[in-house]
Amino acid sequence: MNLATRYLGLTLRHPFFPGASPLADDLDTVRKLEDAGAAAIVMRSLFEEQISQEQMAMHQYTDFHRECFAEAASFFPEPEEYRLGPDAYLEQLQQIKRAVDVPVIASLNGTTLSGWIEYARHFEKAGADALELNIYVVAAAPGVSSVDLENRTIELVKAVKQMVKIPLAVKLTPYYTSLAHFAGRLESAGADGLVLFNRLFQTEIDVDALEVRRSLRLSQSTELPVRLRWLGILSPQFSGSLAVSGGVHTAADAARAIMTGAHGVQMVSALLSSGPSYLAQVIKDFTNWMEEHEYTSIDQLRGALSLKTCPDPSAYERANYMLLLQSWRPLNDQRRGRF
Amino acid sequence: MTPRQMTVDGNEAVASVAHRLSETIAIYPITPSSPMAELCDEWAVHGKPNIWGNIPDVAQMQSEAGAAGAVHGALQAGALSTTFTASQGLLLMIPNLYKIAGELTAFCMHVAARTVATHALSIFGDHSDVMACRQTGLALLCSGSVQEAHDLAAIGHAATLKARVPLIHFFDGFRTSHEVQKIDALSDDDLRFLIDEKAIAEHRARALTPDQPVLRGTAQNPDAFFQAREACNPYYARCPGLVQAEMDRFAARTGRRYRLFDYVGHPAAERVIVLMGSGAEVAQEAVDWLCSRGEKVGLLKVRLYRPFASGAFIEALPATVKSIAVLDRTKEPGAIGEPLYQDVLTAFCEARQDGGTAIPRIVGGRYGLSSKEFDPAMVRAVFEELSKPRPKNHFTIGIVDDVTHTSLSWDRSFDLESPGRVQAVFYGLGADGTVGANKNSIKIIGEETEHSAQGYFVYDSKKSGAMTISHLRFGPGPIRSSYLIKQASFVGIHQFQFVEKLDVLELAAPGAVVLLNAPYPKDQVWQHLPKEMQQTITEKQLKLYVIDAYQVAREAGMGGRINAIMQTCFFAISGILPREEAIDKIKRAIEKTYGKKGAEVVRRNFAAVDAALANLHLLDPIPAMNGAKNRPPLIAENAPDFVKRVTAVMLTNHGDLLPVSAFPVDGTWPTGTTKWEKRNIALEIPVWEKSLCIQCNKCALVCPHAAIRAKEYPDSELANAPKDFQWMAFKAPGVSGRSYTIQVAPEDCTGCTLCVEVCPAKDKSNPKHKALNMASQLPLRDKERKNYEFFLQLPEVDRTSVRLEVKGSQFLEPLFEYSGACSGCGETPYLKLLSQLFGDRLLIANATGCSSIYGGNLPTTPYSKNAQGRGPAWSNSLFEDNAEFGYGFRLAIDSHRQQARHLLRELQSELGPPLVQELLDSDQSTEAGILAQRARVELLKQRLKPTNEKSRTLLLLADYLVKKSVWLVGGDGWAYDIGFGGVDHVLSTNRDINILVLDTEVYSNTGGQQSKATPLGAAAKFAAAGKAAAKKDLGLMAMGYRTVYVGRVAFGAKDAQTVKTFLEAESYQGPSLIIAYSHCIAHGYDLAQGLDQQRRAVESAVWPLYRFDPRRIAVGEPPLKLDSGPPKLKVKEYMQEEARFRITEHLDPERYKQLLRWAQKDTEQRYAVYEQLSKIVVPQIADIPDTRPPPVDSKDS
Repeated sequence: MNLATRYLGLTLRHPFFPGASPLADDLDTVRKLEDAGAAAIVMRSLFEEQISQEQMAMHQYTDFHRECFAEAASFFPEPEEYRLGPDAYLEQLQQIKRAVDVPVIASLNGTTLSGWIEYARHFEKAGADALELNIYVVAAAPGVSSVDLENRTIELVKAVKQMVKIPLAVKLTPYYTSLAHFAGRLESAGADGLVLFNRLFQTEIDVDALEVRRSLRLSQSTELPVRLRWLGILSPQFSGSLAVSGGVHTAADAARAIMTGAHGVQMVSALLSSGPSYLAQVIKDFTNWMEEHEYTSIDQLRGALSLKTCPDPSAYERANYMLLLQSWRPLNDQRRGRF
Repeated sequence: MTPRQMTVDGNEAVASVAHRLSETIAIYPITPSSPMAELCDEWAVHGKPNIWGNIPDVAQMQSEAGAAGAVHGALQAGALSTTFTASQGLLLMIPNLYKIAGELTAFCMHVAARTVATHALSIFGDHSDVMACRQTGLALLCSGSVQEAHDLAAIGHAATLKARVPLIHFFDGFRTSHEVQKIDALSDDDLRFLIDEKAIAEHRARALTPDQPVLRGTAQNPDAFFQAREACNPYYARCPGLVQAEMDRFAARTGRRYRLFDYVGHPAAERVIVLMGSGAEVAQEAVDWLCSRGEKVGLLKVRLYRPFASGAFIEALPATVKSIAVLDRTKEPGAIGEPLYQDVLTAFCEARQDGGTAIPRIVGGRYGLSSKEFDPAMVRAVFEELSKPRPKNHFTIGIVDDVTHTSLSWDRSFDLESPGRVQAVFYGLGADGTVGANKNSIKIIGEETEHSAQGYFVYDSKKSGAMTISHLRFGPGPIRSSYLIKQASFVGIHQFQFVEKLDVLELAAPGAVVLLNAPYPKDQVWQHLPKEMQQTITEKQLKLYVIDAYQVAREAGMGGRINAIMQTCFFAISGILPREEAIDKIKRAIEKTYGKKGAEVVRRNFAAVDAALANLHLLDPIPAMNGAKNRPPLIAENAPDFVKRVTAVMLTNHGDLLPVSAFPVDGTWPTGTTKWEKRNIALEIPVWEKSLCIQCNKCALVCPHAAIRAKEYPDSELANAPKDFQWMAFKAPGVSGRSYTIQVAPEDCTGCTLCVEVCPAKDKSNPKHKALNMASQLPLRDKERKNYEFFLQLPEVDRTSVRLEVKGSQFLEPLFEYSGACSGCGETPYLKLLSQLFGDRLLIANATGCSSIYGGNLPTTPYSKNAQGRGPAWSNSLFEDNAEFGYGFRLAIDSHRQQARHLLRELQSELGPPLVQELLDSDQSTEAGILAQRARVELLKQRLKPTNEKSRTLLLLADYLVKKSVWLVGGDGWAYDIGFGGVDHVLSTNRDINILVLDTEVYSNTGGQQSKATPLGAAAKFAAAGKAAAKKDLGLMAMGYRTVYVGRVAFGAKDAQTVKTFLEAESYQGPSLIIAYSHCIAHGYDLAQGLDQQRRAVESAVWPLYRFDPRRIAVGEPPLKLDSGPPKLKVKEYMQEEARFRITEHLDPERYKQLLRWAQKDTEQRYAVYEQLSKIVVPQIADIPDTRPPPVDSKDS
């Protein structure tokens, strides 16, 4: 059975690896993941905004009370050296590189173009095998158009691509007006791969406290279909790598993602809830499934049910709507409705 | 070889030597010496070695007594050891100093000499502490400047090894310890040259070791002690010579020459001043100036004060001297004269008796107590006095003594000219970074130019909205001016609000340059200046530059941090360095200071620097006077006489002008004076939206400054309400005809926003809007001032009708108000609550620390009185003795009460048995009971005829028949560390005392040093890498007595439990201990989030809430009640919000993870233990009733 896959130009033993998450924060967990068969390790995203804010917050809370009062010139010890957000991240990256033999992919969310570039270069220098750009924008500003937002992303992909030699994946949200078009632009800008999709913090409404809170729940397999759809649509047109992220919990989920075009299968929630060793189980189940269905290689399976090759492409384009129509329209109307 | 130069303060200059010449250092924080210990600790953490290549072992102890003991032990075991201290700390070391000296131990310690507390505490400098060590047998070596402190520290360490006489090296607290100067640094090689390896070997050979066992510390009897005590004499006789020899070797190596007594001035001087310390630098300036005008004057600087080398002293003086003034920076009431004066007299007398020269006229004088200014004008006045045929003896200089007329007058306008010298004064706010920027400027100028540089910084006594005044001098030649600038060529006013409060141009020399940060466009600044300021600018022909630095800072993303902007402007205007070069240096300094804190911090600071000059404008020409308003008066017209005569003068920074007669003779001070100081420091204040208010009073409970208050009162009171006054119907079951108001004190609020944060009442359609919302203070100030005045005169609630829970407690009048505590302070809400619940019968013994500083630091006092003239009586004795001090209150009150009860019985027949019986049997467990007893006491006083001694005595003691509440208040440094012995002892008694520990988990007042209350994982000074030991469980230890009421509270997490705990503790007729979570700036987050963080502390079980009430034992219930549930949050979720933990994480993430795991485990284990304890019923023993022995104070009943 040949499970090998190419992802971002890297040869992986198979498509399964943990997605960006706290899983890679701990070296022991990383080793366990490798032991469980992880084909690569994706580190959690480094958030430039968080680092900047934290730096300013630490500056404010430790320095702004200095020299205020005769008895206390300061209130905190003054370490000679701080390990700031990026330092710790880079150290962790280096440690993971030393600890495992599989490729290590660093993940980044920047707020400024210079920040994206600066950190991307740091990652490359620290030994990352590839880079995942985590594009995370909630387009809440009415003055910013979708074109503006897309142009910004394209610009930054171009800029980062120019500055680093390691492969570049772009992790997107599903909320683009014309994702197929945008994917093409990303490819032209130099993206070596796309990761579908980012899972955003959700808002939680507390009706008693009259408060809105952020929350992030673990994914479920029900979140997979939107990813499968876009894998299916994009895989025929996007010549780079595609990875699925969000909603893969079982070997069957993985098979679906690969059949719709995924080169890489990222798992987080399932591993967080069932532990790193669960990855081995999924790989084993998937291998069994491949054998049962007499597939001999991943390449044979990949994209079998893409928009281009699936028996009914309309299932991708209007699936949900059609199902609704089916439920209360006569069959002939349904046929007429197709175009 | 040119020596390396460094620009440092005195503390760093000394610590840099002490660290490199020590193997073990035992420390304890005390102002102004703490930085020496902190630096050594930091250097040790960073791996900085001593000259032998080893990192000194720095150990923090529980007190200075502990530090001295540890040092003594280390020395006995053969280590080279040192310590640092001051004031009371040095006094606590005295017993060990006797031992160290008696055992002829080579030891050099360093003292930033500070005033010993007498009628008042003072953190500032004089020699009263070192003078208290004259008798210990330690040598006393004195430095007068930062350079001298650096040099003599090294000489001290070298000399003691040779002499075997231990030595205190001292220098003036603040004036030298905190003055920044450019100095020549001693290299490691210099130090190696000075230290005699053979002497070290001898020191080691004397070590206690089982390999060569000896015994020290014997107990000797009359037959032996005396002779043995005299056996050390040869060492003391040799000591001065050995010190001089080390000084000579030092001179040979460095070119800087010192003598036991250094004479400067006219070689044939007739008038000479003798003194030591930084005053000698000032005196030298004046002597040089007088000599240059042909006057035959001189100065003798005392270096080695003990052992006093009489011969060397007399030899050092010119033979021509006719009169001598000996100046002492200390006071010894009742002595013939101060110590140095007496030594000089004795030296001359003995020399004369031995056939020496005639004794000149010698007078003694006191100067500079508690860092009182001592300047050349005063030196000149002393010399003028010496010219008189009978100069005044035992004089004072620097004050006006209109009571015993000791003072000399001096010309306050006299100032020495210093050609080529830049003298700059900067007025800043503590939080705006002015002092830090100025220290940085001194470093830049000191290190980048040939100029000498000096900086000295004056802070006010408030912790919120504190003003800082920086005095900077730069110029050619040495700067000996150890006094404040009188004529500034540059004045920086970094906060516009100061122009309304103070004469900020008082120190501006004619033609000086003024830089003003004003929140107005350039063309509008002038019209906002008060009339007096416009007049001064015009008359002195000042050059006025303006900048809206806050706007620049905001645009650069720096919030309210304007230091880099103002620093850039200073360099640009002053021209000390070429503009581009200066900016380059500032940026390099920013990179050096903040680079380790992150690129973003550096980037934003750079942006601020780059934007500064484009926004700097010269007001040219100066506009004409335009009829601006006068500066408003600082104190209201209706203030009490004392406040107007004394407090107001201090508030204008003119306290130096107050004569002796203005002051109480014994340190007694009126309470309730903060109300007259309208500080107006809040940019925004809360505004009450009554339509949303649910009348919970939580806002009033959490307010650290009693600046938002609640009242309910009869509707009829509103007849004369100001038109903008807000009220609503008071909602309470069965109550009608009463109104309710939440009112802010607009000029006393510090803008912390805790009241808004706690407010639970939200607009249902716009929850962002609450019943309290912050709004700009300035437009509200006048209106709300009138409203607040009206509010205050509304009747106070009837205390007997109030339900004592959260809401009810906040209708009680706070008798602790508008303190100088930090904005958002987590301690003061507890004290306010205490004052509300029991204030009219409350005595507080307050341990030194934050609470004693905001509680009792002049000029104003926050503890106040009610309309009946009753309120908390408050006193601070010391840091270490507070439990015992407060216990003494209880003893006295119990004694008074017993005596009163005894007399009542004796006078029963004339007073009427029913009244006497009621007085004796009164139940005072409720407010109603107390009120009834007060009425009985009034009746008693009316019936008492002062015709006989018993009646007169009872009249004096009658008020003690009303229950008094004694509270011992202090921080964790006191209760967990230095005062623990006392706390423990008091808890072991059955007296009715209450201990309130305001637990900030560090020594907050002295700058965040670790205590035993510091939690695991927190970075604190002396635990720079993050504390590796868990917090001491003081509560659990106290529970061990089973007779102590113990409560653990956090008002931000569960306010109802806090109120309940206070009430229960007070009602318990025995010792009570409340440990109160107090969020603090030393935790490192925005204190507006303090309540949330308290909640996290409780929900993570880091801070479980409980009440252990021994009264429950007798009724068969578990005495411990847990008031908070099992952990809902991980400890990490609590810790990650505070910089004190994040520093540890940033320093070493892996170690932090381990600490985090440990903290989680420790927290869960502790909670589990409490949980088990909360289920334990203390078994009753058959046949022995559970009745405690009666307390001592009830022996008559």
